[in-house]
Amino acid sequence: MTTQTSSQNWGLRESATFDRTTIAAIQRAADTGIYDIRGWGAKRPLPHFDDLLFLGASMSRYPLEGYRERCGTDVVLGDRHATYPLHLATPVTIAGMSFGALSGRAKEALGRGASEVGTSTTTGDGGMTLEERGQSKHLVYQYLPSRYGMNPDDLRKADAIEVVLGQGAKPGGGGMLLGQKISERVAGMRTLPQGIDQRSASRHPDWTGPDDLAIKINELREITDWEKPIYVKVGATRTYYDVKLACHSGADVVVVDGMQGGTAATQEVFIEHVGIPTLAAIPQAVQALQELGLHRKVQLIVSGGIRNGADVAKAMALGADAVAIGSAALIALGDNDPRYAAEYEAIGSAAGFYDDFQDGRDPAGITTQDPELAARFDPVEGGRRLANFLRVLTMEAQTIARACGKAHLQHLEPEDLVALTIEAAAMARVPLAGTSWIPGQPGQQGL
Amino acid sequence: MDPLTPRPHDRHFDLARDSLREVNAALHAPDLEGAVTIDNPAGAHSVAVGLDAPVRVSINGHVGYYAAGMNQQAEVTIDGNAGTGVAENMMSGTVVVRGNASQSAGATAHGGLLVVEGDAAARCGISMKGVDIVVGGDVGHSTAFMAQAGRLVVRGDAGEGLGDSIYETRIYVRGEVASLGADCVAKPMRAEHVEELAGLLKAAGFEDDDPSSYTRYGSARTLYHFTAANKY
Repeated sequence: MTTQTSSQNWGLRESATFDRTTIAAIQRAADTGIYDIRGWGAKRPLPHFDDLLFLGASMSRYPLEGYRERCGTDVVLGDRHATYPLHLATPVTIAGMSFGALSGRAKEALGRGASEVGTSTTTGDGGMTLEERGQSKHLVYQYLPSRYGMNPDDLRKADAIEVVLGQGAKPGGGGMLLGQKISERVAGMRTLPQGIDQRSASRHPDWTGPDDLAIKINELREITDWEKPIYVKVGATRTYYDVKLACHSGADVVVVDGMQGGTAATQEVFIEHVGIPTLAAIPQAVQALQELGLHRKVQLIVSGGIRNGADVAKAMALGADAVAIGSAALIALGDNDPRYAAEYEAIGSAAGFYDDFQDGRDPAGITTQDPELAARFDPVEGGRRLANFLRVLTMEAQTIARACGKAHLQHLEPEDLVALTIEAAAMARVPLAGTSWIPGQPGQQGL
Repeated sequence: MDPLTPRPHDRHFDLARDSLREVNAALHAPDLEGAVTIDNPAGAHSVAVGLDAPVRVSINGHVGYYAAGMNQQAEVTIDGNAGTGVAENMMSGTVVVRGNASQSAGATAHGGLLVVEGDAAARCGISMKGVDIVVGGDVGHSTAFMAQAGRLVVRGDAGEGLGDSIYETRIYVRGEVASLGADCVAKPMRAEHVEELAGLLKAAGFEDDDPSSYTRYGSARTLYHFTAANKY
């Protein structure tokens, strides 16, 4: 779906309220009588990491030598209760994406890329594939409301367990996988008829609320003999309360996914209008952890719109212990590659705009179950590209951390940041650049 | 050998004395076999979860949430009532509850047989994926919600919203159904269904029931594809 803002004829004025995208949406709804379903995350402009800047060292701070002095990047996740916490070489992890939404080869590539740089990858709604387990040194097993493909053998094979309450693209919503992607293998793993439009539940089937979740987490620990870290993932909404309740429920790690986080198939109206931006969620999560005395003890993973090392560094400066990438990882694999420009146009999209992951016609062979399309994608090459991208993210974050005088990415702190807009300053709880003003914070006035 | 005579591999635990962790860790031993007795569960949660051995486990008393959760191979008998999620996600084996079960009994279970001799509360068999469930009494609302596969037998009545958004599970109810959920409909009892039901009743110890007195319910399959005409 494209938005064009210029016109050769300046006498034509496009309505800001009824722009061409809006008009097209109304026309599409009138044509079909059903809501629009698409992939990707929120596409609307939102306050984001771009609205923050780092204050590099100068007179009052001492920088580290960019190419010589050590700047650590490792992170330990889940050492609150688990016998075997994850020790990752980089804090950039791969978010949960299902086999079903993605091809088996794409899942394999995610495992290959993550393992090459010593980080973790995550299953999704649909179970664990041999390709992914085989290629993933650190594999997080998602425990979802649908429990598609969930079984104790795979639970024991996992390196960590992530109880998913929601995701940023659709907090409060279940999942869907349309019939064109329910291949024989996908249907078999999910115990569903082949070719139907599949729904995933929005609520877990056997627990309700945080008191129940505590019992559920205890069950998972008992089944796995307290060996594995237990994550709890929430879509960003009432993040302060959700993080507190997740901690009370016994989570070792809390994953907060902002509304820019991607999905394989969700209603457009849901993606764009439910949830809060990642930037607004992080300080809420950190406050909750700090008030419980659990910041850095229960680790915080942030996802939703992480694109480069600056985003990684900013999320960590705001208090995250690690981040997760999904959309960016798919792009690194080859999603929206301009070399398929003609094919994207043939299916009514364009390279750089393609978001119809639900259709299964992905020219890049990533978000599909079509054997011919999937065969286009080389998991070894995809893994190499992802590893490259992860290395760049890590090096970029290190570059910024050194400039701020930090010998480890986790040493970054809110004091290193300023905001470019009042909105970002209020959400991120850092001063507006050039002032000491943090909107909404008592006692903070502009200089 | 007299079946009541303890054998070398038999184990006995008392949750008034032994910690839950000790009990479950012992039940996960790689060479586990024989019979296991667990006394005084006193409503403890997660009793005998994650079993994966051909053992017989007898739990003498009431249990809390998730008893025998994710069971594989084992034959578990609970001589009491069970809390939420008994035998949730069971893969194989048998779990028998001599009393009543709370909500979400047999939730998402893939295989094996769950027998609740008394009543089962709401959401019995929710998202079941291949398990067989036989309930001696009544079941609560939203039973077999989004049930995907397997068979569910209810000897008593069913609460509101039976089989809402059901996929391919077959439900047999002898008593009254308060209401059917979306896309769940009554279906004729053909000979193969009578035979199937007779087998399930026999496996659960209710072989004296007349299978022809039951009604079969299943999916109308009208929600299998999203359309503007879907009624939710």
